Amino acid sequence: MTVATAAATGSAEARKRPARATASRLRALGMYTLSVLVGLAVWQLLAMAYGSSLVASPSETLNAARQLASDGTLTNSIIASSRRILIGWGLGVLVGAPVGLLVGQVPVIRQLLEPYIEFFRFIPPVAFVTLAVVWLGIGESSKVVLIFYTAVFIVTVNTSAGVMAVSESKLRAARNLGANRCQILRSIVLPSTVPHIVTGARLAMGNSFLTIVSAEIVASQVGLGSLIWTSRNYGRIDWVFVGIITLGILGFVFDRVLRIVASRVLRRYGVKL
Amino acid sequence: MTEVVETALPKVRGAALCADGVGIRFDSFQAVQNISLDIAAGEFLCLLGPSGCGKSTLLSAMAGFVTVDEGSLSVGGARITGPDPELGMVFQSSEALFDWMTVRQNVAFGPRMRGASRAEQTKLADEYLGLVGLRHCADRFPGQLSGGMRQRVQIARVLANEPGVVLMDEPFGALDAQTRQVMQEETDRIWRASGCTVVFVTHDIDEAILLADRIAVMTAGPAASVKSVYPVDLSRPRDEDDPSAVELRRQLREDIGEEVRKALRDQGLDDASHDAEEDDR
Repeated sequence: MTVATAAATGSAEARKRPARATASRLRALGMYTLSVLVGLAVWQLLAMAYGSSLVASPSETLNAARQLASDGTLTNSIIASSRRILIGWGLGVLVGAPVGLLVGQVPVIRQLLEPYIEFFRFIPPVAFVTLAVVWLGIGESSKVVLIFYTAVFIVTVNTSAGVMAVSESKLRAARNLGANRCQILRSIVLPSTVPHIVTGARLAMGNSFLTIVSAEIVASQVGLGSLIWTSRNYGRIDWVFVGIITLGILGFVFDRVLRIVASRVLRRYGVKL
Repeated sequence: MTEVVETALPKVRGAALCADGVGIRFDSFQAVQNISLDIAAGEFLCLLGPSGCGKSTLLSAMAGFVTVDEGSLSVGGARITGPDPELGMVFQSSEALFDWMTVRQNVAFGPRMRGASRAEQTKLADEYLGLVGLRHCADRFPGQLSGGMRQRVQIARVLANEPGVVLMDEPFGALDAQTRQVMQEETDRIWRASGCTVVFVTHDIDEAILLADRIAVMTAGPAASVKSVYPVDLSRPRDEDDPSAVELRRQLREDIGEEVRKALRDQGLDDASHDAEEDDR
């Protein structure tokens, strides 16, 4: 009886909910569009005020983008930069998350690694660009290593902070139910830390975009950073604008994809983005 | 509770728990002192006392989370040296449940940790979820349940480990009055079905009278000890209006009221203690 009524009200609720959700999603989309249009208008005004030698207008930038896309430069740059970011960042997450777990969970490992973590995380990747090129050459590896360096500390520090924040009562419950240290690490600490790992991965992704530009400026033939830098040599402000805007859009898309995938796949671990 | 499934449960046998001159210190702070209690196998003992008197500290020591500085604690004759599945603990907060696991996975956690087969894990989980009347919620997540249901999951999770002793730290303290009453009746039924020894911490006199075989009243901290132990000779299920229940309640109130006033005087809250005395008159 009660079950039947509950099911009935449940389905009525369920029918109402998507409608309401769609409405609020449409409203959000409208606000985004408005905000972008206002931004474009401001940009256009600035371009008119300062002239195309200083600020390329939206239409000039669009034309330049078409031009760069038609000869494949833009696509190649996007692919090259994305590949470096995804490989370096991916390795950074793969190494940073387990290291962070161990740093947070095992005091000896924490004491051994903390001096290095606390030292290197204050040295920006840009400071290592020269050394990376001298040591690893101007090939792909120097760029990937710099991105990895960018990502790994952020993920490690976030993960170990997450380990410290694991609820004491959950740890006690697990010990009480007979879990040993390894089982606690795998079954309690890791799942509780997932939201912190995801946050670390997102921050690392943002910082990877900072690093990629400086790495590609110094040593690269292809990539969005090198596109921005070589455009300077040709005096093409509009190409610089194309490079900058592509970086922003690419970062936005990467973060969006990461958020959607993480919140779908990892929802049960409390990942809310 | 129509959905309760009565199964031929393997009888969980209670273990005797013994505290012998137990003292616990945190640095220079003496939390409890000289506590001696003999809890028989299968007995339901309530630890009753004013808040902050060290009831929970004593229970944590029984669960092996806190080391004893003086005396000893033993279960079934063996000294308690650390957490042990034999000493199951139901925590006050349902935060102790694992939110990313289904209810069934939560209850099967203990068997899984000791390497039980998947079939056995499921069998145990479903049996004990049946006992607490939550088999229909097995595939839900703790976050989708009410407070009372979450505490029942905690109880099932502890029982699935088939412990000799179940330690309960004010498990219904965060529940509303109606749910609390249902949970107390459920606890009585489940305890009788499982046959394990229960140590139940509470500051609620009525709860203690409803559930306990014996009630140990603790003195106010610091350096709290057992003030007196009352046997509760009432038939179950208990009737709170029974004349002996009424008389027992009066005695317990008096006993605990004395401790509360003493604690307030020790804290230098003289005004408060006057007020308390006036309230009593």
